[in-house]
Amino acid sequence: MAEQIRKDDEPQDATPNVSDVEVVEAHSATEAVAAIEAPVERGEPILQVRNLVKHFPLTMGILFKKQVGAVKAVDGVSFDLYQGETLGIVGESGCGKSTVAKLLMNLEKATAGEIFYKGQDISKLSGRALKAVRRNIQMVFQDPYTSLNPRMTVGDIIGEPFDIHPEVAPKGDRRRKVQELLDVVGLNPEYINRYPHQFSGGQRQRIGIARGLALNPEIIICDEPVSALDVSVQAQVINLMERLQDEFNLSYIFIAHDLSIVRHISDRVGVMYLGRMAEIGTDEQIYDHPTHPYTQALLSAVPVPDPEAREGRERIILTGDVPSPANPPSGCSFRTRCWKAEDKCAQETPLLAIPEPFRGSDSEAAHESACHFAEERDVVHAA
Amino acid sequence: MTIIEEAAPVPAPREGEDAPLLEVRDLHVEFVTREGVVRAVNGVDYNVHAGETLAVLGESGSGKSVTAQAIMGILDMPPARIPQGEILFQGQDMLKMSAEERRRIRGRRIAMIFQDALSSLNPVLSVGYQLGEMFRVHHGMSKKDARVKSIELMDRVKIPAAAARVDDYAHQFSGGMRQRIMIAMALALEPDLIIADEPTTALDVTVQAQVMDLLAELQREYNMGLILITHDLGVVADVADKIAVMYAGRIVERAPVHDLYKRPAHPYTRGLLDSIPRLDQKGQELYAIKGLPPNLLRVPSGCAFNPRCEKAEDVCRTQLPELLQVTERDGTELTGRSSACHFWKETIHG
Amino acid sequence: MPDMTKTTAVATSDDKSAPTPAPQPVKAEKARSLWGDAWQDLRRNKVFIISAVMILLLLTITFFPGWFTSANPEYGDLAKHYLQKPELGKVFSPEWLGYDQQGRSVYARLIFGARASIAVGFGTTVLVTVVGGLVGMLAGYFGGIIDSALSRLVDVFFGIPFLLGTMVVLNSFPDRTAWVVIGALGLFGWTQLARVMRGAVITTKQSDYVQAAKALGASTTRILFRHILPNTLAPVIVVATISLGVYIGAEATLSFLGLGLNGVSWGNDISDGGSQIRVAQWIMLYPSIMLTITVLAFIMLGEAVRNALDPKTR
Repeated sequence: MAEQIRKDDEPQDATPNVSDVEVVEAHSATEAVAAIEAPVERGEPILQVRNLVKHFPLTMGILFKKQVGAVKAVDGVSFDLYQGETLGIVGESGCGKSTVAKLLMNLEKATAGEIFYKGQDISKLSGRALKAVRRNIQMVFQDPYTSLNPRMTVGDIIGEPFDIHPEVAPKGDRRRKVQELLDVVGLNPEYINRYPHQFSGGQRQRIGIARGLALNPEIIICDEPVSALDVSVQAQVINLMERLQDEFNLSYIFIAHDLSIVRHISDRVGVMYLGRMAEIGTDEQIYDHPTHPYTQALLSAVPVPDPEAREGRERIILTGDVPSPANPPSGCSFRTRCWKAEDKCAQETPLLAIPEPFRGSDSEAAHESACHFAEERDVVHAA
Repeated sequence: MTIIEEAAPVPAPREGEDAPLLEVRDLHVEFVTREGVVRAVNGVDYNVHAGETLAVLGESGSGKSVTAQAIMGILDMPPARIPQGEILFQGQDMLKMSAEERRRIRGRRIAMIFQDALSSLNPVLSVGYQLGEMFRVHHGMSKKDARVKSIELMDRVKIPAAAARVDDYAHQFSGGMRQRIMIAMALALEPDLIIADEPTTALDVTVQAQVMDLLAELQREYNMGLILITHDLGVVADVADKIAVMYAGRIVERAPVHDLYKRPAHPYTRGLLDSIPRLDQKGQELYAIKGLPPNLLRVPSGCAFNPRCEKAEDVCRTQLPELLQVTERDGTELTGRSSACHFWKETIHG
Repeated sequence: MPDMTKTTAVATSDDKSAPTPAPQPVKAEKARSLWGDAWQDLRRNKVFIISAVMILLLLTITFFPGWFTSANPEYGDLAKHYLQKPELGKVFSPEWLGYDQQGRSVYARLIFGARASIAVGFGTTVLVTVVGGLVGMLAGYFGGIIDSALSRLVDVFFGIPFLLGTMVVLNSFPDRTAWVVIGALGLFGWTQLARVMRGAVITTKQSDYVQAAKALGASTTRILFRHILPNTLAPVIVVATISLGVYIGAEATLSFLGLGLNGVSWGNDISDGGSQIRVAQWIMLYPSIMLTITVLAFIMLGEAVRNALDPKTR
């Protein structure tokens, strides 16, 4: 039997309105485009993260556990997320980006710091209050093969949010809602009784997205949502996510290691290195006017599928590996791999702020960057 | 589904042109499973010369890795079987060799690098021991000499403080360093050909660049042939000389690297290139190839790509396109270019 | 249900060009669940039906031995001592399977002996599965101090030799009913399942789908019983069905040592018959066959249930 996946860019005239939360004046398509070009006034951030810290204790001993150190997975991260926008977070493995996702979801308890959702600190909530907040913040996982319970039908998987939050959908209505959700993510609603293994990776990821949408959340945290998919399927899922964002006025935190995809989907981008934010700004500021040497190295290392553009590009090949987060270097954590490092870098931890030379300037280089010697350098475009 | 036998004839090596190091001719690989016969590779032809890099590009299920495993002779048979085809290594058909002869080629003449370096290394033996084993077994070296050789090799692949780290275990190295060790092992016996199956997929971008650079440098130095198997169009663009694009067990397009990116001659290649977001500018909506890669148990008839192709017409659903030489509008042959599309002319010339 | 059971392979080509089926109203198909689907699968599974019928029969024998024979298994008629061979023509009569060395009917003893063996084997297995499973699940899921404490407890019990421990306990009970023997075997037997369960739970709780359920705000009970338990059952079922045979054997050993159930049991007869094997093979043969069939039936049942609970094998 043939599957009927709708192409994502098709107009969704038949799409039932799954949303029964008040849709806060959805951006029209033209407004969304405008938002990419010029930062518009965004009002209050929907999510504010302040000095978020997560240290995993390293213990020794069998019976009497003694803490001998800590893995500093996240070491003071701050950022804002506005309604309807996508904040991309990029970095290499071990930089703490996935831990940030877990902290935002309260799947891990933060060691220190605050997460404000509409002004309320949710990092210390538990029980009923936490459950209420969870309705508004949902997650899409990286691996579509492990994020769906193999022993539940698709109907049960997508319907589970309603079992947990029965106030969202009355019992008799749930099955219809699940079928609507399947339709929204471009899957045949008749697949409701199938099991995850009967679907391909891309289809499974759609199921994961449908589950994330079920409670009409305002924020969806996407942890590498397309990195396990084939190239030809990645684009479908990205387009679906963008369509859903417009349709339901969602805010995304999009965590990924693929810099091209992050640029495509994000309005703003934060670059993480060893548990800290190295640089943050609009996509244009980060990709076209990076000032942090790590961002520059990262961007220049991205293999570009265009041999000619490649030849004109500057390449910075970093030496060595990312240091262990259990024992990060003093001062600037990037200094051990940085070609600009001086004594100052070992002694003083650079703060995430607009660097001195660009302060007050209206150039794109004037965005927050945690480097003592920040300077603009375009490594993405052919010279 | 019937296999159409008249796959594109392989152009015989012309006079004066030096013979390829490795030549795969009309290779077929099947897997017998509970649900039926899976035709993973359906008549693949490619070759690689000494000092040349061939990239085999494809998504999961395209048959790119199975082809490589068939070349290495590391397929589990059964369930796999090779009903047809030749794998000529320096002119000799490896499929006709005895197990013993093949084993002698494997490792010594053809080496392989895998994606997952951690599981390819033995966790309870030191890295130096495993490297040294190559010399002890194949060259009968003493333990001491083998150790010296191991340190030398680790230096070659730029592992810092090689002498101090030779006795470390695999888990004590980072992902990038482990992949370097894998490269060192592959290089140990100075093979003529290296097959690298997604060698950098598991690595971070900054480390990926280091490892690819190292691989390319060593290849030049030893004048080896390199078959790079990957799904990443970016990695290919960096190092390959020529590309073979695979889809559903067949090669759908062959081209020198620059030409492929500039003017793809197959809708699948074009679709792949268009669906990748760009790093240097913010695009509008991404182009997406519709549908899913085919299930190899039920490959569509005609051109396997037809259900996902925007250009597909009736002929695409009934007739399997041959891999044919691609020409300019005026009929001049484009060197090394071929495409398996009924409408390649429309695709390449717009 | 249409094609559900057969489409094990990933559904493929979703070509838009293919004729689109007329948009039909989505059928009010019944919601399906893992257990419901498993039952649908089992109903059509021959192995399951055969093993289930055998087990039902064995359980009937266990609880209603009087339905199968009127002979007294304890009554020995020395005139019919063991030289009286089985008369295979006389089905279900006391002399059907011959007499043992004390002139007791082997058939009657087979029927009445089922109670001791099956009640003890089945009962102990249920007990250790529930207790061991629960302890393993709690230890594995909550980790930390709970895990440390429970794991040390498991280690302590694991360290005590199984049969020796059981013997010491049983020795202090003059009246050894089936419940007492089950309790004694269970007391020293639950640790193996606790370990298996703990390992399986630790693996499963790290899965993304458990994280996903947590992210939805699922309660601990829900996570344990909806997500973790169904995905940890496979190894538990394997260990449980194998240990069933072990417990029947253990009961036989205890009976042989004079510490089993007071009364008739297959274990008693097998150990008694062993010494007569050269002159009267039947004394040992028939209880052994019953024991083998019983263990096999449970292992087959376990296998069928395990496969039915894995959607991938359907």
